[in-house]
Amino acid sequence: MIIAERKPFEELKGFVADKKKVLVVGCRGCVTVCNAGGTKEVGILASELRLDAGKDGRELTVDEHTLERQCDPEYIEELVEMVGKNYDAILSMACSVGPQFISTRYPDQTVYPSLNTLFMGGALQHGIWAERCQGCGNCVIHNFGGMCPVARCAKSLQNGPCGGSANGVCEISKEVDCIWHLIATKMMETGKVETDFAPVQPIKDWSTSRDGGPRKVVREDLVK
Amino acid sequence: MSREVKTKSNLEKVLAAGLFAVTGELGPPRSAGAAEVEEKAKHLHGNVDSVNITDNQTAVVRMSSLAAGLILQKTGTEANMQMVCRDRNRIAMQSDILGAAALGINNLLVLSGDHQKFGDHPQSKNVFDLDSVNLIKMVKAMRDERRLLSGQEMHEGEEPRLFIGAAYNPFADPEDYRVLRVAKKVEAGVDFLQSQCIYDMPRFKKFMARAVDLGLTEKAYFMAGITPLKSLGMARYMKNNVPGITVPDELIDRMKGVPKDKQVDEGIKIACEQIEELKSLQGIAGVHLMLIEWEHMVPRLVKEAKLGPSQRK
Repeated sequence: MIIAERKPFEELKGFVADKKKVLVVGCRGCVTVCNAGGTKEVGILASELRLDAGKDGRELTVDEHTLERQCDPEYIEELVEMVGKNYDAILSMACSVGPQFISTRYPDQTVYPSLNTLFMGGALQHGIWAERCQGCGNCVIHNFGGMCPVARCAKSLQNGPCGGSANGVCEISKEVDCIWHLIATKMMETGKVETDFAPVQPIKDWSTSRDGGPRKVVREDLVK
Repeated sequence: MSREVKTKSNLEKVLAAGLFAVTGELGPPRSAGAAEVEEKAKHLHGNVDSVNITDNQTAVVRMSSLAAGLILQKTGTEANMQMVCRDRNRIAMQSDILGAAALGINNLLVLSGDHQKFGDHPQSKNVFDLDSVNLIKMVKAMRDERRLLSGQEMHEGEEPRLFIGAAYNPFADPEDYRVLRVAKKVEAGVDFLQSQCIYDMPRFKKFMARAVDLGLTEKAYFMAGITPLKSLGMARYMKNNVPGITVPDELIDRMKGVPKDKQVDEGIKIACEQIEELKSLQGIAGVHLMLIEWEHMVPRLVKEAKLGPSQRK
């Protein structure tokens, strides 16, 4: 899923400093699962904004609403009536896809992103999420013991660990596993070093990645 | 162990002749000050066979390795131009390789490159389009097949005839895998290899024995990296703070055992003992002296260790 986290309150407060009436919109997709922008987080942000405005003696109305998903026009449509209530700003609590879809559908609205979208990953345990995929568009993790060096090596190396790998951690931080340490160890343990690991991995073709320009998937069989 | 000579490189000539080669290292200035390069070059001239010019080492902006390398070559010492994968994509790499060869660079040493997180621009975007193994492969194809990565051919005599180097680190982890990592560089076509600074000699010897067994030292020249300890503080810093360097307690104790004003001498003495051991170690073709910002100590070290061009005459 997409992992995101809420922007610092000071930044969000800045978005509404000169506003009288705002709408905070949550999303029941990924950001609900990673506790960043679901109904609960919408409620918390709305309360904080109200309290803060009250403390400063500013007049601020904050409405709340959570959509099924903000990455689908079908659900964005649901906002038609609310948008008609003349908000000064809409704060989207989805990943960055959400505020872009809302802006496109309601071009005369001022839309702010309330989250910073971070990465594609999963939960290691409750409250800890880690990156697993960079969307390079050509998955080859089977060559690397089921682990992705594109997303998980700080240098996206394809042919083994750099000289900065020590005690299983990456040179950039003791908090970051050296993925090549894990890959190499697994290969050695499973006896696959010679077959799967020794051959030089070819130069990676990044044209399927973001480097090839913004991407789009068209499924002719689904397009009406 | 004379091998086919592929380039005009002085370093290759020395290695191919079976002489114990010596390379040095020079860090370009954080300015356009050519005089600083010339000053450092004075200490290296006549004492080493060629000199690595670092490519924005530790991700700190410096004069380009090509420019500093050419300034060095004007002073009469050959450059090993370093190129890291951090800052250039395959287009810029090939372009700089062609330019460097055209301007008289004979040796190119390729590295992954320190992550920019350590440097003076941690906000920058990194590239890592190719890794060092694939960069070796690309340069070799440019030289031996006269082909750019696109397949575009070059006329005979117009290909970049570079002696290709890379680094190896027997002290990084996982230990057992390290020799396989360097084997990949050999398979990719590297000509010479320089190691990370050696302090843990038993571990280095164990590594080299495996490299010899795998036949790697028959296919590429292995050079051993030496950085003399300047002080007890440096020994401790290297042990605790530099990823991929191991410093055994015996060396720490040895530095501890001498007064502060004698620690430089002790560091040089240790380096000389290491070099003596390396001269007779099977598979080792030379040493790489990494005395960055301590270049003036090179003449003393090569003299005391009986190394380099001046000692061969």
